[in-house]
Amino acid sequence: MDFASFLIQTLNSLQYGLLLFLVASGLTLVFGIMGIINLAHGSFYMIGAYLAFVLASLTGNLFAAIALGIPLALLFGAFLEWALFSHLYKRDHLEQVLLTYGLILIFEEVRSLLVGDEVHGVDIPAVFSASIQLSEVLSYPVYRLVISAVCIVLAVALYFVIQRTRLGMMIRAGNHDRVMVEALGININMIYRVVFALGVALAALAGMLAAPISSVFPNMGSHVLIISFVIVVIGGIGSVWGALVAALVIGFADTFGKVLVPELSGMVVYLVMAAVLLWRPEGIFKKG
Amino acid sequence: MKTTQQFFGKAALALALAATCGALHAQAQPKVKVGLMLPSTGTYASPGTAIGNGFKLFVTEQGGKLGGREVEYFSVDDESDPSKATENANKLIKRDKVDVLVGTVHSGVALAMAKVARENKTLFLVANAGADELTGPLCAPTLFRTSFSAWQPAYAMGKVVADKGHKRVVTLTWKYSFGQQSIEGFKESFEKGGGKIVKEMTLPFPNVEFQPFLTEIAALKPDAVYVFFAGAGAAKFVRDYHAAGLKNTIPLYASGFLTDGTLDAMGEAGKGLQTTLHYADGLPNKKDAAFRLNYAKTYKLQPDVYAMQGYDAAQLYHAGLSAAGGDPAKQAEIIKAMEGAKVDSPRGTFTLSKAHNPVQDIYLREVQGGQNKVVSTLIKGLADPARGCKM
Repeated sequence: MDFASFLIQTLNSLQYGLLLFLVASGLTLVFGIMGIINLAHGSFYMIGAYLAFVLASLTGNLFAAIALGIPLALLFGAFLEWALFSHLYKRDHLEQVLLTYGLILIFEEVRSLLVGDEVHGVDIPAVFSASIQLSEVLSYPVYRLVISAVCIVLAVALYFVIQRTRLGMMIRAGNHDRVMVEALGININMIYRVVFALGVALAALAGMLAAPISSVFPNMGSHVLIISFVIVVIGGIGSVWGALVAALVIGFADTFGKVLVPELSGMVVYLVMAAVLLWRPEGIFKKG
Repeated sequence: MKTTQQFFGKAALALALAATCGALHAQAQPKVKVGLMLPSTGTYASPGTAIGNGFKLFVTEQGGKLGGREVEYFSVDDESDPSKATENANKLIKRDKVDVLVGTVHSGVALAMAKVARENKTLFLVANAGADELTGPLCAPTLFRTSFSAWQPAYAMGKVVADKGHKRVVTLTWKYSFGQQSIEGFKESFEKGGGKIVKEMTLPFPNVEFQPFLTEIAALKPDAVYVFFAGAGAAKFVRDYHAAGLKNTIPLYASGFLTDGTLDAMGEAGKGLQTTLHYADGLPNKKDAAFRLNYAKTYKLQPDVYAMQGYDAAQLYHAGLSAAGGDPAKQAEIIKAMEGAKVDSPRGTFTLSKAHNPVQDIYLREVQGGQNKVVSTLIKGLADPARGCKM
């Protein structure tokens, strides 16, 4: 691999890693703070992508679709928390897995009834449809760089909210000791609802942003679900910062694995996970 | 219940004999049981539905009959899940006792079905799955395919790319048997034509993160790229290839399924792509025009290659059953007639090879105006080599 290719592959890794972070951040919030194993997280990604497809064809504009889609996803998340997930906090993981697996089946079936099973494409917004010439024959779509930028902004914003605001303080406190937080007069149920809605919205936003480059298709959520869990586990459950680092590690491992050791490319990600867990069984950034 | 049925059956037969009345006799005939094992949920739901629609369309055209007998359908959703395939095939064969099994999209599922069908000596019509093995090492007197083998369109494409004067080619596919068979078929004719495969790249199924490979392709600068992808992965690959600016500098070729059912999702990026397949839009034959019109009228949908394969499965069985006087139990006669059949298919007439795979024309198609327009008939009557078939 010459130096130019190496640089481009590094760019690929960063870009892929950041997109993975966007999906995994919501999962790690819900998993870490609320203790819910949410297998339906991939479905929220799928729902986001289909929202982008449907809303973009209605409004003719991906930005409008995202602007409409985020509040919808927040509302949907808050509703699900109220109707279903709030009953799960005191139950064991098996029941959570059962419920959230059931949700995957329901979401896929409803998707099939409403939108059908065909593959769809979403157009890249005209402002970002240009590409940058990287080498003689290869160019890089501006839209991919835009996604990376959005992911970085969101990572910083999430970090700020969780570490520097009152809401973030309550979320962190709830993570450590739910009973104590309640005793202090904080409405923990409301906090959980906010966190869950945020998690759903992050996954849906990832789906909406990825829709133009990944196309929109049945079961697309299951593809990202597994890799998201890998990231959450590597990063340390509940750590947003850890999810970012882990997502970048996976981005690099996957990209360079495909190029350097193609025979093992299906396994590289899992080998990395095994290695990290041998080194730090709780993940890279597990605190306390 | 059964004895009552048998009683009525015998009574009707006696009446028929006594009265020598043809109409009564026909009514007493049992129906032909057709087992449709197709995916109706999951990724392959839409091709699965198309195959079923195609099959039923032909039966409807015959007045709801095959070989003069009324048809009764038994359906199972195979979910494109190979691990459930044996159980699902057994449901149709052992529980419902179907006379003929028709399936399916996914090659892994079809391989399992072939095993069950062979053990039970049930007639099995493959209406899509292209795994070479089905009419290769796993070929059987009771197994017929009305679709294609992975080798066929790929072999044809290798010839096209070599004839265009491309010397160095990079290939890319998912690392699973169908994709790799497609690459092998391409390689065979491309190397025969003097070309060289510079690099064979694969990624795990169904991974769709193509960016690292596009970077590799740009670094290797081959004369052309040959891929096998289908469904959503195909749409994403073509979009990524276009967005990376490679489409204008390094031509992309693929065997047919890249651009079937995915053109809407590809949009602008799909324009001008050339692929090879045993079917195309705008074929100049009357049978195709009639088939398309009828299909569109019946289902309010445009037919595709899958619907056509389902339609031909029904045609082929009709030919066999008619020769056996409509008696599904006369399997040897049905098989003999099907082996000799000339199927008047919407794709053009085809016959069957010794291994029961279609000997068919392969078309070169080009994406124009959202359709896979036929450019030319590349190879007339291409037969799969049926490697490993001992029949």
